[in-house]
Amino acid sequence: MRITQGCFSFLPDLTDQQITRQVQYCLENGWAVNIEFTDDPHPRNNFWEMWGLPMFDLRDAAGVLMELAECRKVYGDRYIRLSAFDSSHGWESVRLSFIVDRPKQEPGFRLDRHEVAGRNIRYTTTSYAADRPEGQRYGGS
Amino acid sequence: MSALSAVQGVSEMPPVEKVDLRREFNEVGIGEVLNQLDRELIGLRPVKTRIREIASLLLIERIRKRMNLTSDVPTLHMSFTGNPGTGKTTVALRIAGILHRLGFVRRGQVVSVTRDELVGQYIGHTAPKTKEILKKAMGGVLFIDEAYYLHRPDNERDYGQEAIEILLQVMESQREDLVVILAGYGDRMDKFFASNPGFRSRIAHHIDFPDYSDDDLLAIAELMLRDMNYKFSSDAREAFVRYIGLRKAQPMFSNARSIRNALDRMRLRQANRLVADLDRVLTADDVVSLEASDVLASRVFMKAIG
Repeated sequence: MRITQGCFSFLPDLTDQQITRQVQYCLENGWAVNIEFTDDPHPRNNFWEMWGLPMFDLRDAAGVLMELAECRKVYGDRYIRLSAFDSSHGWESVRLSFIVDRPKQEPGFRLDRHEVAGRNIRYTTTSYAADRPEGQRYGGS
Repeated sequence: MSALSAVQGVSEMPPVEKVDLRREFNEVGIGEVLNQLDRELIGLRPVKTRIREIASLLLIERIRKRMNLTSDVPTLHMSFTGNPGTGKTTVALRIAGILHRLGFVRRGQVVSVTRDELVGQYIGHTAPKTKEILKKAMGGVLFIDEAYYLHRPDNERDYGQEAIEILLQVMESQREDLVVILAGYGDRMDKFFASNPGFRSRIAHHIDFPDYSDDDLLAIAELMLRDMNYKFSSDAREAFVRYIGLRKAQPMFSNARSIRNALDRMRLRQANRLVADLDRVLTADDVVSLEASDVLASRVFMKAIG
């Protein structure tokens, strides 16, 4: 099951050229671009691991793409996303976030129905991949 | 522009058959930058000639690219060697402008660094530091002043070597993203290149900055004064010509920088002289002109007598 989180996730995967142009758009707006990765793509998992620090004061997307290439080398089997943080007053939040790298196999989520008092149902989504320990979830070492 | 419209790629242009050179030249507007270079930088004849050559080469390269005759990016890394105060940093800024207009760097910013900003203090500190600077310089020019300090031959475990290796790698693999300019004093740069042959072969243009002649230095002084709204009286000019001759013979002479410092001290003396006589009425002329006494009070003349 293809995970759809953030911008562009219903589109085909972005090519490097498209990523470059998105990043350039972010930089021209003065946003700081950050690279994050995870192998626990649960929709409620807001806090992905950071790849280095957010990149402030960049002028050109090539710098971000250089870091992304490094990140892919190490964590190419996981989800990697770019997020753009707007530090200007009144925003101070993430303005754009999109997935740039995903595992080849995405097993998806299991929906657990939990019957509680009064035959009410509580739902839980569990990632199939998350059954395995961290680092081994998507066929990585 | 919305984020979505940026997704669409650029369409490939068909190769052009003919190019009007004059129109091309005017379109990129490097003529203006080159003229500004001629106008605002005094002396430096060989440097200007060299920059014109590089600019012409790049203009032709740009046209060849549009004609589909060439596809690879030319190596643009440069090294500027010359004595202190000969205008290396100023020229680097101009070069960035030229490269940007010609489209060989995308943004045209200049990131000026020295050893401190590239080399870390402990193990594992250097690589992130160097990369951070490289990322900031992407799309522009990275100007490394006094580049020979990166290499410390007396200390094998110096972290400078690590920075050098990262630099070399990026200089090679991301030639289209970044232009590196190394600057420093001639003899020490030669030693630096001798011990790091990787750099020498990756640098396409070695430009040597000559020292300024006495006339150049006087012209520079007058240009600086004009910018600050000061002027020499005719006596002061004569005295300053003598000052240049004497100062040049002394150690630690750093060309235009020494001139700037000398002018600053002369302004100080002029102000002091004016304030010493509180009872007079000052005209604009009094405030803008430097007198011979302001020049002659310099230590340089004391030594010449003593």
